[in-house]
Amino acid sequence: MKPQDLRALMDEPACAHNAKGKSGCARPKPGAAAGGCAFDGAQIALLPIADVAHVVHGAIGCAGSSWENRGTRSTGPTLYAVGMTTDLTEQDVIMGRGEKRLFHAIKQAIAGYDPAAVFVYATCIPALTGDDMAAVCKAAQEAFGKPVVLVDSAGFYGTKNMGNRLAGEAMMKAVIGTREPDPVPEVARRPGIAVHDVNLIGEYNIAGELWHTLPLLDELGLRVLCTLSGDARYREVQTMHRAEATMVVCSKASLNVARHLERTWGVPWFEGSFYGVADTSAALRGFARLIGDADLSARTEALIAREEAKAEAAIAPWRPRLAGKRVLLYTGGVKSWSVVSALQDLGLTVVATGTKKSTEEDKARIRELMGEGAAMISEGSATALLAAVKDLRADILIAGGRNLYTALKARLPFLDINQEREFAYAGYAGMAELARRLALSLESPVWAGVGALPPWRAPAEVVP
Amino acid sequence: MTEIRKRAKALSVNPLKASSTLGAGLAFLGVARATAMIHGSQGCTAFAKVFFVQHFQEPIPLQTSALDQIGTVMGSYENLVEGLATLCGKSPDLIGVPTSGLAEVQGFDVEMGVKEFRERHPGCAATAVVPVSTPDFRGCLETGFADAALAMIRALVPDAPGRAGERRRQVNVLVGAALTPGDIEALKEMVEAFGLRPVVFPDLSGSLDGHLAAETFNPLTTGGTPVSEIRTLGLAAATLVVGASMAEAADELRRRTGVPDIRFDHLCGLAATDALVMALRDIADAEVPERLERQRAQLLDAMLDTHFMMGFTRVAVAADPDLLVALAALLSGVGAEVTAAVTTVAAPVLARSGLAEVAVGDLEDLERMARQSDAELLVCNAHGVALAERLGVPIYRAGFPQFHWFGGFAKEWIGYRGARQALFDLANLLTAAERGKVRPYRSVYAQKAESGGRRA
Repeated sequence: MKPQDLRALMDEPACAHNAKGKSGCARPKPGAAAGGCAFDGAQIALLPIADVAHVVHGAIGCAGSSWENRGTRSTGPTLYAVGMTTDLTEQDVIMGRGEKRLFHAIKQAIAGYDPAAVFVYATCIPALTGDDMAAVCKAAQEAFGKPVVLVDSAGFYGTKNMGNRLAGEAMMKAVIGTREPDPVPEVARRPGIAVHDVNLIGEYNIAGELWHTLPLLDELGLRVLCTLSGDARYREVQTMHRAEATMVVCSKASLNVARHLERTWGVPWFEGSFYGVADTSAALRGFARLIGDADLSARTEALIAREEAKAEAAIAPWRPRLAGKRVLLYTGGVKSWSVVSALQDLGLTVVATGTKKSTEEDKARIRELMGEGAAMISEGSATALLAAVKDLRADILIAGGRNLYTALKARLPFLDINQEREFAYAGYAGMAELARRLALSLESPVWAGVGALPPWRAPAEVVP
Repeated sequence: MTEIRKRAKALSVNPLKASSTLGAGLAFLGVARATAMIHGSQGCTAFAKVFFVQHFQEPIPLQTSALDQIGTVMGSYENLVEGLATLCGKSPDLIGVPTSGLAEVQGFDVEMGVKEFRERHPGCAATAVVPVSTPDFRGCLETGFADAALAMIRALVPDAPGRAGERRRQVNVLVGAALTPGDIEALKEMVEAFGLRPVVFPDLSGSLDGHLAAETFNPLTTGGTPVSEIRTLGLAAATLVVGASMAEAADELRRRTGVPDIRFDHLCGLAATDALVMALRDIADAEVPERLERQRAQLLDAMLDTHFMMGFTRVAVAADPDLLVALAALLSGVGAEVTAAVTTVAAPVLARSGLAEVAVGDLEDLERMARQSDAELLVCNAHGVALAERLGVPIYRAGFPQFHWFGGFAKEWIGYRGARQALFDLANLLTAAERGKVRPYRSVYAQKAESGGRRA
């Protein structure tokens, strides 16, 4: 990818960071960087597309240590869970055999797995050795009659955020707008209910949490043309341009796709979240507002009233057990505020939130939710986190899996909120699960044991 | 307060209980160069033998007095005397004689039978013969085991208090039926780690640990507590008693020997193992070995790592009382909830289980209770496998018998190390069971019309 293309990607007018002197995303600080690279981000963004062969063109470091470590789920094909890489060898690098190997790899993926399409992820090594991957993909597409899409995402292009954006870029260029949506199936038509087409961008169906909200959208007559990319299919991605509205779920990084859809195809968009009762309701209202169908609005309100009551009933038993518990939330981007409201819904006190990947706008929302004095943690090192936990007297740390064992070693209750987690917290139904998992860790009897010295090390009891 | 629900139905369906006769037979197998002859019909022994052969994957030296019609009606003293004489031909150090329900209902006096044998076969004096009354209409495997241990103590341990501590490093370890050979090995290691010499009684780790011996066939046990050691239990510095079911045997041992004892309901989980380590430290008057401290730290870490999976997990457990209480402690220690508990007899230890309710019953009861409480995991013997399938939950095997399963007898449950591995196993089962996962939802509008992508 050319430097000017990368610079163009840095420029994201819809992102509040853009206004700052240094445009785009913060640069990683050598020696103190955490989080993934651009390849990681691109892969995360697209891997949930279930019927695509995701071929990582690189040496084993890229795919070898990252395949199958995400909690995304599919209703159908599980090709996304098949790890595929060209596994470049020293000979490939020295002799310049990367292109040839890639071509044959694509051929093998198609012959062996019959994918709907092949996505080729470019990584650092072929980017440096100068493999013409675009040409290989083009040749392969012609030779094998299947779409072969290059996702140019060498790790050194930037952070995970940048990778998300590169992935979106690849979809915009090569996939979106290449097919018209199917007609609404006869069986799905209901009298009096107009079907509206929508997109969800940045919803990855982690632990299947899309399935908490999808039934509600169905009920409202909102046909999800495509989620980018939870439980998605290639043919769905192709039709995103025909949506009447797009919701960007928890992903500042994919704003470029939403903006592209608006600019090129006139699809309006809004940002929202499915974490927490209040936010889920707001998201449903968001669709109604953009689509501007009065009947939809009325049905949306009725559904919200019903679901909020149901959620409240499910949460009620947990409230007294969680009341007043102090939470330190350390997660990236949009989740820094969307989860705050979910936790506040449950009656917990959020003592601080992490803002490492958050935008100025995210921070504004945090202040709105937590007050002007909201403690924000921008540095995510283990020591900094633990110090914050101690200073702010947090009862539990909510963060990504990376910090799980940091918390446990410090004998601190923990809840995993990131992509690797195994439980679904989104939507109305997810709130009770979130409450349950919080109580589970907070109330676990293990803390009493691990907090104490072995009995033979404890100071001797004084016998009166 | 634990509510103990008594058996309230006529028909036992999918029984959990194994007989006390079996339990007594097992205890005798924990003695070296021993055999046991169940005084009953051939079937009493045949079933017991098959039960243990499958569980331990070992030949089991159990014999029968083979009561037939004549012996049953006319009196079976002859069967007993003849049987014992035959077994003495193999020069065992000890023959255990558990009685069956048949013999007891017949009104057989086993003590008198043994006396008659002694009179008629003075040449067999070198072999100890220990009868025990274990009709299968009373108690369960665990109580039969304890009764046999008690009978052996009465028969073999001299009633001579006052010599306690003559062997300063000897620690008697009186263990109940809930401990596997693997447990006993681990327990011995822990005692030895303090520079003490454990004498475990009965010692199944010597006989039924599944080792390939040099000799190809032996009609007797190839290991276990030597009779000579049982005779010297009174010289030990202390006795550790593991299992509440062994209380009566422990009382008798203490009365006869004056050796002070320390009693544990079980050794499962952090608190119980801590108590054991503290006791050993006091007996040995030594520092806790670094290795044990390390194992403790490893258990703590495992408790933390697995608590996400184990916490709030609803578990159905069925086992004899001692094992049930042990398992309940292990599970509740990481936040799991025993929502269905079934046991075989109403033992006093159940009151200390911390469980809300324990039913004395069968696996049909367990199934109903598991369904009612929506249990997510079953901890049970091999008879629970089909039940787990019906419930659609994973099973973790514990207790007797463990058919079609390798190494159940070798599994370590006790101590820091045993608890740690059990927690790993349990958490893995629960992870594989994919509980709490959202059910896949297919939108009515979905344009997925599968376009390719062979299912991997």
